[in-house]
Amino acid sequence: MVNAIYAMKNYPIMMVNAFVSPLAFLIVLTLVSRGALFGVAVIGGLIMALTSSGLSLQGDLVHFKVDFKLQDMVVSSPTTAFIYLFGMAISELIYYLPGIAVLLAMAFINLKFGLFPTLQVTGAMILMFVLATALGFMLSTHISDIMESWAVTGVVSILLSTIPPVYYPITYIPLPYRYAAYLSPTTYAAQIAQQAMGYIHFPQVTIDIDWIVLIGVSVVLLLISVKKTRWREI
Amino acid sequence: MNGRLECNSIIKQYKDGRTALKSVTFDIKLSGIFALIGRNGAGKTTLVRILATELLPTSGMASLDGNDIIRDAKNVREIMAIVPQEARPIQWMTPRQTIISSLLWRGFGYGDSRKRADDVLDQFGLTGYKDKPNRFLSGGIKRKMLVATALASEARIIFLDEPTTGLDPISRKELWDVLNEQKKKRFIFLTTHYLEEAEALADSIGILENGELLAIGTMEELRSKVRYPYTVRVNGGMDLTSIAGVVIQENGGYQQIMTSKEEAYSISKRLIQNGVTFSISPVSLNDIFFFFAKRRVDGEKE
Ligand SMILES: Nc1ncnc2c1ncn2[C@@H]1O[C@H](COP(=O)(O)OP(=O)(O)OP(=O)(O)O)[C@@H](O)[C@H]1O
Ligand SMILES: [Mg+2]
Repeated sequence: MVNAIYAMKNYPIMMVNAFVSPLAFLIVLTLVSRGALFGVAVIGGLIMALTSSGLSLQGDLVHFKVDFKLQDMVVSSPTTAFIYLFGMAISELIYYLPGIAVLLAMAFINLKFGLFPTLQVTGAMILMFVLATALGFMLSTHISDIMESWAVTGVVSILLSTIPPVYYPITYIPLPYRYAAYLSPTTYAAQIAQQAMGYIHFPQVTIDIDWIVLIGVSVVLLLISVKKTRWREI
Repeated sequence: MNGRLECNSIIKQYKDGRTALKSVTFDIKLSGIFALIGRNGAGKTTLVRILATELLPTSGMASLDGNDIIRDAKNVREIMAIVPQEARPIQWMTPRQTIISSLLWRGFGYGDSRKRADDVLDQFGLTGYKDKPNRFLSGGIKRKMLVATALASEARIIFLDEPTTGLDPISRKELWDVLNEQKKKRFIFLTTHYLEEAEALADSIGILENGELLAIGTMEELRSKVRYPYTVRVNGGMDLTSIAGVVIQENGGYQQIMTSKEEAYSISKRLIQNGVTFSISPVSLNDIFFFFAKRRVDGEKE
């Protein structure tokens, strides 16, 4: 965790990056849709910020492991894999915190919805964060080269952030293609959030299924991550 | 809790089929300094990583203070710290931040970490660098800083994989002093290519070659294993085949032979008569190393 604070203290550009990246999409989308999609984009930005922090965790961990042998040093110390994961995830989150704070502020000022939708949106966001982080951590322990890590990031981020309709309502995608979006857990999170805010109107059953799928996928991915994490090399 | 490092028939075959360790067995006390020497690719790093619970052996077992490195990995990890061979400090942190954050990771409180960091930086003569980002430091200073990071912790077992590679002679001596001080409180397992370093620092020494542990023991024990107490180094080509001893090194310029006291005496007489320059010295770790390495090669030829 201190790592991130030290990083920002010593490299202010990281702070700027933390503000800029989630906001860029938001601005583009709001302009393109002439404000109509502002709410979707704000919430989409939040979900994306949390998901990408999990993805960039993978890249950072590979970098630390390969270039600095940090994983070796941590393995041979009282620090457990879980504490390492937890600390690094929090520190990764800190990078995104400024952006998240701005998005949250915007959401509070501009969007009005009740307690229950807020809880739903928050729940979906937290699930995505946990899922992406665990996945990123597991992948990082298997990757032995930073180039490989970039490739993996490319593939996973297409799955988690390019395909899914996070920044616009899912109904914008014509039907046969819409099924492709359901390959990504992010889609379910976005759908839950968009429904909660009233941007889309699916039958309640669909949303219930979304929750089941999202939680199910998260649990499965978490289990895979825990089982397949290669803490000690072979 | 037996205060020993036991290693029993450790074999490591990497995924690509390469056998890096061929049944390594030894048993040493967990105190003082143990130095593992061996040429590039001998398997030193592989052995260190296995003992430090970073790498699974293909077969065999090892334990530190009675804790199995596989079954009781958690207990072992509680009491150790390592500086891997290729470790580098994180570029954008300063030495002080690096040490503090590593201590925080180990579970120290912030105040305690700060104090320990300042103490160890002082001990290593690094106080002047403590607030400079690591990327501005020279290679040797970075290396020293990493060793300081491991020694700042409470760990009783410290693994240092080539801690003095890249250090200038004076820094190396300074690090030796620190390690000599530290070994009173903890066990230090280091690898090195500098034979004089092993000789100067280590309470016991292991010679690893091509995945095999050729010899292990104190300097005295190693000396007694080679039987010959003296090394004669002769400049220029002179026929030494008639002498009872072992030729350990030969090249155009000189020959080096290990031999007994009597032979050393008679050779020197002959060499003086022939006007050949030479020197005689007690067997050094260098000679012992070449003796074992050569014996292995000769053994293979037969
Ligand atoms: N990850 C790996 N996969 C396959 N082979 C490996 C791997 N790491 C090391 N080796 C091989 O195992 C052997 C021992 O390597 P190791 O790094 O343990 O040697 P070393 O004694 O530490 O050498 P050096 O003095 O150069 O550091 C070498 O032949 C090396 O090529
Ligand atoms: Mg090595």
